[in-house]
Amino acid sequence: MPKLSVYFIRAALLYLLAGFTLGALLLTQKGLPFAVEIWLLRPLHIEVVIFGWILQLVMGVAFWMMPRFAEAPFRGDERPAWLAFICLNLGIWLNLISFLIYDAALLGLAGRALEVLAIVLFARHLWPRIKPFADKLAAKGRE
Amino acid sequence: MPTLSRWFIKTGLVYFVASLLLSLLQKMGAAGEIWSGLSAFTPLFYHWLMLGWITQIIIGVSWWMFPRRDREQPRGSERMGWVIYGALNGGLLLRALSEPFVVRGTDPLLSGLALLAALAQWLAGALYVAQIWPRVKLK
Repeated sequence: MPKLSVYFIRAALLYLLAGFTLGALLLTQKGLPFAVEIWLLRPLHIEVVIFGWILQLVMGVAFWMMPRFAEAPFRGDERPAWLAFICLNLGIWLNLISFLIYDAALLGLAGRALEVLAIVLFARHLWPRIKPFADKLAAKGRE
Repeated sequence: MPTLSRWFIKTGLVYFVASLLLSLLQKMGAAGEIWSGLSAFTPLFYHWLMLGWITQIIIGVSWWMFPRRDREQPRGSERMGWVIYGALNGGLLLRALSEPFVVRGTDPLLSGLALLAALAQWLAGALYVAQIWPRVKLK
């Protein structure tokens, strides 16, 4: 597994833990109300699970498993994918902070914009790798 | 594909169908004004979809395809894998029995089931992270 995938997937697992903890608190609050303020955590739960856990896990696995090129650098230009990792996590954190602060619409906007940028950068990296496997290309070349 | 992964993935598919059927039922209820209580099932729909389907498929596929841990236990503890499966699905079923009906702790049985569901699902997540973490590594 390449280093960037390790970063993506380990970060995703940490978000899974956080997301499940927030979810358990919310469900507990439904069954046995203990603090009404817990409901303020609901948007954090959704952000963490969707962007932090599922999206990030998918990006990490895609970077690892999508077809590589026959010659080095085998995964092409990795820089947009690294930038995507940074932008995605920065975006998630800005959004999480914006949910906790009163009147933080601009912060939320910046967070979502960073997430969009992350996806565009990741698509930019992945696009040329959506192709036949390298060994098939090499075999074609030998024909 | 290992047995445990097959169980995770097939159960995930069942939740996929079940969640969309639940949503369909809700839409039919809303369109025909059958039972207004169907709106209480919305959180269950989202959790069956995101947890029962997507997360369960991810767990099943990662258990199968992630790099091997070591020679003795290439995929980690099989027994712990089954505990994760039981906790996740037991938690989701308990959630289905309690969450749509629970009203601010007025029924101790429903409150207890909701608490158990919360605990079981959290346990499944924590155990999965502990099991898969050592397999997320450089080749």
